[in-house]
Amino acid sequence: MSARLSLWLLMLPVLLWLGLLIILPHIDMFFVSLRTRVGVGEYEYGLANYAAFFTEPLYLRTFARTAIMSVLATALTLVIAFPVAYFIAKVARGRWQGVLFLFCLVPFWVSELVRTFGWMILLRETGVFSSVLQWAGLADGPVEMLYNDAAMMVGLVYTSMLFMVVPLVTTLQSLDDSLVEAGYDLGGNGFTVFREIILPHAVPGIVSGSIVVFMLSLGNYLTPTMLGGKDSLWFTEMIYSQFIVRFNWELGAAFGFLLLALSSFIVWAALKLSGQTLEKTLG
Amino acid sequence: MTESPVTPPDLECRDIVRDFGDTRAVDHVSFDVPPGSFFSILGPSGCGKTTLMRMIAGFQPPSAGDILIKGRSVLDVPPNRRPVNMVFQHLALFPMMSVAENIGYGLRRQGLGRSERDEKITAVLDRIGLPGTGDRRIDQLSGGQKQRIAIARCMVMEPDVLLLDEPLGALDLKLREHMKVELKALQAAFDTTFVYITHDQGEALVMSDRIAVMNAGRFEQIGTGPELYHAPATGFVAGFVGDSNRWTATVETRAGDGGTIRTAEGLTCSVASLPDAPGGQVTAFLRPESISLGDTGASGDGRNRFDATVDTVYFNGANSHLRLTVDGTAAQLDAALPQTGAFQSVRAGDRIAVSWGADKLVCFPDAGN
Repeated sequence: MSARLSLWLLMLPVLLWLGLLIILPHIDMFFVSLRTRVGVGEYEYGLANYAAFFTEPLYLRTFARTAIMSVLATALTLVIAFPVAYFIAKVARGRWQGVLFLFCLVPFWVSELVRTFGWMILLRETGVFSSVLQWAGLADGPVEMLYNDAAMMVGLVYTSMLFMVVPLVTTLQSLDDSLVEAGYDLGGNGFTVFREIILPHAVPGIVSGSIVVFMLSLGNYLTPTMLGGKDSLWFTEMIYSQFIVRFNWELGAAFGFLLLALSSFIVWAALKLSGQTLEKTLG
Repeated sequence: MTESPVTPPDLECRDIVRDFGDTRAVDHVSFDVPPGSFFSILGPSGCGKTTLMRMIAGFQPPSAGDILIKGRSVLDVPPNRRPVNMVFQHLALFPMMSVAENIGYGLRRQGLGRSERDEKITAVLDRIGLPGTGDRRIDQLSGGQKQRIAIARCMVMEPDVLLLDEPLGALDLKLREHMKVELKALQAAFDTTFVYITHDQGEALVMSDRIAVMNAGRFEQIGTGPELYHAPATGFVAGFVGDSNRWTATVETRAGDGGTIRTAEGLTCSVASLPDAPGGQVTAFLRPESISLGDTGASGDGRNRFDATVDTVYFNGANSHLRLTVDGTAAQLDAALPQTGAFQSVRAGDRIAVSWGADKLVCFPDAGN
């Protein structure tokens, strides 16, 4: 009896957290997304908001763009983070391991706003890169590198790095060095050892890192707003503008639900494709 | 030695040195292993044997010296091209692959086709007595099965030399005893040269054709098991291989090759052969089974004879022994207790006569170890 009671008491904070902050708002949002305002204080219930999304090409295009760019950002982060993680886990020794890990962490001591502003200082027309290019004679006039997809992608990858490096370092550290040596001993070269031994071993870390990075990119608002230009619309910006600018909570709520469905679908598809389960990745 | 000058040894190490910073891990080691033999390197942990093996496998270059396989230097051959395979200490079977994929890994690297691979995998699984296990996952195997798969994974590559890095260390005692016999049988079946490193003298003595005893980066002695046991070349070998009573002693008199010594505990014995010992300090070793119990024979035949008191009887089946104190001295000694019936009634506190031949006491100049 008392054991059961203490179990419930222990679970209470997490249940409250889930219930009040996740489940309750979503139920409310779901109902908001189903209604349409027809007059002052008058609402009609139906799928009109979802229909509006599917009939407006701008919404659909931004939605697809956000998904594709997020997948791309995840893939880029993985490609850049893997060698970094491998170096930290397997090549660096002793204190260097901790120091390098700290270097990955340091950027996260400042706020995301300041970090993104750092990129603006580097990339803007009067910024560091532009000046250096002019000084070196490689450019005739000021070069604007901000406000395009490439700048936004740089920002997304930079923001996500740590969340890919950490799970990768953890899984790679659990790889027994003698497995790699055995791979060479039995005639493998660097490529085959990587493909047949290191990569299969790292799959759980790759999947969990990718899920986190993908979710962070998809739900990112600051980086696309600051680094991406007017042409680089992000779906979160549309949700923001519906809620805050247009004061159309009903459409905003529908967008929010569509984004949730999209991220759930892509994560599910990625798990299916890689043959992993959520339990295996998290455990 | 049956080797003729036309067949070079399978493995030859010439004057190998390996330094790590200021420490010399391997110090001028030379040896050769004739084809088809079982060679062990026996030494305590940290003696440099693993470093030596990793140099043979190609994971580390020697600081000086040469390694030859079938007469050809392999120093500039990377590990994945050396005709040498290694069974790792923890076996290093690939957990993400099935048994057949593990064995097939090396064959795929050789570029063999699927049917040829399957044929070889089936053949080697039959040979190690695990037919039909190809589809199993590694974590479904028992310790002994993993062992055999790890050996099969190497043997299927048909290496000139198979290196084994203490592969029995992780097994429990009973299985280890069993695997010793099995490894020796596998070596005979595959007729391949095995180089085995271990800190367990029992493993080395049972399996090996020849054993090198290694200490502090150097080879102390290379020989067959009986040679090491009965005619140790150094004090380290005498102390490390087999059990011994060990005393520090001073030379009292010299007569010809031999003389008498007096141990620190006050025991005076005659010795058949004494080394040159500066300062007259020696370390003396006596095997427990060299001590005869209840000997009442006539004195004057040169045997060392003492009366002793039994302190403790350690019963351990065939390995039973007595702890004795020689009367009138502080010298304690271990004597083998034969389980033939004659000494079954020996109890702690009993008086017993002991003796050993002067030639059974082996002395080395005291090296301070």
